[in-house]
Amino acid sequence: MVTKIFTKEEWVRALKGAKDDYRIYLPVKHKDFHAFELLSDETAPDFEFQNTRLSPKSLIFPQSERMFEYSLDEKDGEAHIVKETPKDFYPQAVVGIRPCDAHALQLVNVNFDNPQYKDPWWVKRLESTILVGLGCNEPCSTCFCTSVGGGPFSERGLDVILHDLEDVFLVKPITQKGETFINKLGQGRMADDTLSDKAEAKARSSLEKVTSSIPTGKLRDKVVTELFEAPFWEEVAFACINCGTCTYLCPTCWCFDIQDEVLGKEGDRIRNWDSCMSPLFTLEGSGHNPRSEKCQRVRQRFMHKLKYYVDKYEDGVQCSGCGRCVRYCPVNIDIRHVAKLMNDFAQ
Amino acid sequence: MENPYLPYPVRIDEITTETEDKNLKTFKLVFINPEDEEKFSYIPGQFAELSVAGKGEVPIGIASSPTEKGYLKFTINRVGLVTKHLHNMKEGDVMGIRGPLGNSYPWDEMEGKNVVIIGGGFAFTTLRSSIVYMIQPENRKKFKDISVVYGARTPGLLLYRYELDQWEQRDDIKMHITVDGTDDPDWKYNVGFVPTVTEQKITSAENAIALVCGPPIMIKFTQPVLEKLGFPSERIILSLEMRMKCGIGICGRCNIGDQYVCKDGPVFSLAQLKELPNEY
Amino acid sequence: MPEYETKIREIAKGLLEDGKADVIIGYKKGSIPMVNEPVLIRDPNNVENLIWDSHCALNLCNYLTGRKERIGIIANGCNSRNIVTHIVENQIKREQLYIIGIPCTGMIDHRAVKRAVNDREILAVEESEGRFTVRGKDFEKTFEKKDFLQTNCAVCLHPNPVVYDEMVGENVKIPEGINPFKDVEEIERMSAREKWSFFADLVSPCIRCYACRNACPLCYCPTCFVDESDPQWVGKSIDPTDTMTFHFLRAYHCAGRCTDCGACERACPVGIPVRHFTKKLNKDALDLFSWEAGLSLDQRPPLDVYRVDDYNDFVE
Repeated sequence: MVTKIFTKEEWVRALKGAKDDYRIYLPVKHKDFHAFELLSDETAPDFEFQNTRLSPKSLIFPQSERMFEYSLDEKDGEAHIVKETPKDFYPQAVVGIRPCDAHALQLVNVNFDNPQYKDPWWVKRLESTILVGLGCNEPCSTCFCTSVGGGPFSERGLDVILHDLEDVFLVKPITQKGETFINKLGQGRMADDTLSDKAEAKARSSLEKVTSSIPTGKLRDKVVTELFEAPFWEEVAFACINCGTCTYLCPTCWCFDIQDEVLGKEGDRIRNWDSCMSPLFTLEGSGHNPRSEKCQRVRQRFMHKLKYYVDKYEDGVQCSGCGRCVRYCPVNIDIRHVAKLMNDFAQ
Repeated sequence: MENPYLPYPVRIDEITTETEDKNLKTFKLVFINPEDEEKFSYIPGQFAELSVAGKGEVPIGIASSPTEKGYLKFTINRVGLVTKHLHNMKEGDVMGIRGPLGNSYPWDEMEGKNVVIIGGGFAFTTLRSSIVYMIQPENRKKFKDISVVYGARTPGLLLYRYELDQWEQRDDIKMHITVDGTDDPDWKYNVGFVPTVTEQKITSAENAIALVCGPPIMIKFTQPVLEKLGFPSERIILSLEMRMKCGIGICGRCNIGDQYVCKDGPVFSLAQLKELPNEY
Repeated sequence: MPEYETKIREIAKGLLEDGKADVIIGYKKGSIPMVNEPVLIRDPNNVENLIWDSHCALNLCNYLTGRKERIGIIANGCNSRNIVTHIVENQIKREQLYIIGIPCTGMIDHRAVKRAVNDREILAVEESEGRFTVRGKDFEKTFEKKDFLQTNCAVCLHPNPVVYDEMVGENVKIPEGINPFKDVEEIERMSAREKWSFFADLVSPCIRCYACRNACPLCYCPTCFVDESDPQWVGKSIDPTDTMTFHFLRAYHCAGRCTDCGACERACPVGIPVRHFTKKLNKDALDLFSWEAGLSLDQRPPLDVYRVDDYNDFVE
C-alpha cells in the first residue's frame, strides 16, 4: 500500500473534495472543547487537539437512535405492528480519530457482533465507516493506552493513520478500505524514505511520552467472587455522585436502554445510551434492585471493565486508556488507582 | 441481516384470568404471519420479549410447551408499565413477540433422571411448560419419576388450577400442591410452605434433578432442604429474573459477573451461581 | 492554605479520638491538578489526607443525606448554607453534625485557567497569598486568584459559614458593591424569542448525564421526575425539548433552596453554565420573598410554607 504526503491545506482540500462520496467527520473546536463535526465547505477543522471531549463512538452508536416505528391509529390496517425505521448507511469517514478511540471500537465490537447475535445497526455502520486515525505526538499525562494494548500510534482498528509532521501529514493506509479512501482523495504525493523515517522516529519517541499506566497482569487470575467482596469498594465509591459522565464519555461503554415514545398516533422505539451508574439501570418492575446501592454500581463499572470483560473475552481489559474518565470525573475517581487496587488485591 | 430486536406481530387469541386477585392473566398469542411460528422454535425454560407498541417490551417466560402447536402462552403479573397495559388489552388486539430467548432447562441432562419440580407463586410458568412437555406420550419415557411441589399463599393464587387437578389424577406424575394457609373446608391438598412440603414429600435425591422457580424467599429456604436431601448443587437448577431490555446479551444490564441472565441464562445451576458474584 | 489544613486536621483528629464524631467528611488531594476528591475518614491516623485549597468545589453536603452516624464535616459559606437546608428539610439532624467552619476565599475556575494557558496540559498547580502558579511541560504561569474565581464565587456574598461548631480561621471580609445578578438582568432584558434561543443554545451540548443534578445537594429525591416511568414526564432520548424540560424543571425544584454553590456547573462535563437557570430563581426568591436559602435554621423555604394571612390573593 502506498503511503502519501499531504500538506495540511491539501489534506483538508482533498477531504472537502470527497465529501460527496463520504460523510466526513473532523475535529472542530467549539468553545472549550473539540468535537467531531460533519465536514461542510465552511468547516474549519482543528487537528491541534489532545482528544475530543466526547468519544466518537456516537458516530457508530448514536446516543439516541430510532430503531422502529409504528402507528397506533386503529384505522391503519397495520396498527401496532412494529417496523424497522429506514436508515441509510452511507459511507462515512472519521478523520482524526485518536488510536485509543479506534481501539475502543474494537473492544466494543465483540459485544455488538458476536457469534450468536449481530446488532444490525452497529455492524452495518461500522462496516460503512472508515477510521482515519491521527497518531498522538503529545500524549497527555492521563493517557495510559500503552498499558492496555494500544499506543499513541497503534494501528489497531484503524483503516488509515496520519502522522503529523508539522506542516505535512504522512498518510498511511492500513486496510484495503483505507487505501480505497486515500485513492479517492486523489491528491498528495508519494512519501519518500526521509519522511517515513521521520514519522517512525516521532512515533517511537511519543511512545515514551506515555508516562501513565494501569496494572492489569494479575486480573485474569483473581477469583471473581473474592474480588467482588474486596474491602476497598466502599472507599472507592464514597465520592461517587452516580452521574453518567464516566460512562457517557467512555469510548468503551456500550450499555443502552430501549424506550417507546409516542406523539399523537405515531410512535417510535428508540434506544438511548444508558449508564450502570443509574439505579434505574437494574430496577425491576417488582421494586427489587440487585444494585440499589451506589457502591454496588461503582463496583459493577470497574468489575465489568477490568474483570468480567477480561474473563469473558480473554482479550485484555475493556479500556483503551483514553483517560477521559480520569480527566472529567467531577469527584476524581481514578480508574488507574482502582485498577491497582484490583490487580494487587490478595485475599 | 436478521434484526434480533424486531418483534413478530401476534394477535391476542384468548385472555384467561388466573388468580382471584386478578393480578395474573394468561395470554394466548397467535402469530399473524404463520411462517413466523416456525422461526419461533423454542424449548421449555426459554422466554420471550413481549412488545406493546407505545409502551415497550417485557421479558416473560414461555408458559406453553412446544408440544402445543399453533399458539404461545404467557402468564403475566400486573406489575410495571408494560404489564399494566397488557392487562387492559383485549382479545383480538395486536402486539409483538421477540424470541425465543435465553437458554432452557438442561433437557439433555434431565433425560433418564427423576425430575423434581418445585415452584412457588406465579413463578410456575416455564415449569408448566416443562410439565406439559414431559408428560407428552413420546417424551414421557425419556424421564423417570416426575414429582411436582407447587405452592401459593392461598388456593385462589395457584396458577393453572384446571390443569393441576388433571395432573393430580394421573399416575405418571406425583403432584404435591400446597398453600401457605386456607380457610376452605373443601381444600383437599397440602397446607404448608413449599420448603416444608418438599422436605416431607421428596424423599430421595438419587438420580434426580430439581428445577426450582419461585420468589427469592422460597428459593432461600428450599435450597438447604435440597442440599440436605443430597442434591449436589450441579443438579439444583434455578431460573432467574432480572431487569432486561435487549434480551440478547447486548444492552448490558442483566449481568451477574460475566454472565448475562438473558443470554447465558435465565437457567443456571446452583453450582454455576456459587461461582458468580451474589448480585441478583 | 496550609494554616487552614493544619487546623482542619487537628480538629478532625480530636473529634475522632474523643469519639465526638464517627466519621469526618472532607476533601483529599486529587490525582490530577485542580480536582479534589471528597473523602470519608474513620481512622484518626488518616486525617493527614484532609486538605483545603481552591479546588474543593464539589458540595460535601451531598454526602450527608440519610447518614446515621455522628459526622464531622468541613463547610465554607455555601456548603454551610446547604447544611442548613438539609437540616430544615429533615435530611440530617443538627445534633449529628460537628461543623468545621471555613472562611472561604473562593474556588478557582479550572476551565478559565485552561483557557488562559491555551488548552495546554496543566501538570501542577500551586497557590499562595492570593496567587497561583500553573506548570505544564514547557510553560509556567502565575495568576491572581481573584481573576480566576468560579463565576459563582466571584459574586458570593456569604463566604463565611452561617452555622458551625468551630472555625478554622477569622471570617473573611464580605465584598461590597457586588451585584450578584448582573447576568440574570441581562437575560431578563432579552425578548422572549431571544431568551428561547439563548437557552436552546445553552443546553444544546447536554448529554443528559445528570452530573449537574447529581452534584447538587438539593437533588436528593429517591426518584427524580426525569427517571419516573409511570407516568413518564420526560422522554429519555436527547430530544432538545426533553433536555430543556429537564433543565427548567430541575431549576424550579431548586427555587428558594439553591445556595449558588456552583457544584452543578463545575461537574458538567460539557461546560454548560447551568447556573443561569437556578440564579434567575434565586433572584426571584429574593425579589418576591426577600429570601436567600440556607441562612436560618428556623425558617422553611418560601415555596415550602403556606400561610393563611398571605397577602397574595391567590391563597383565598
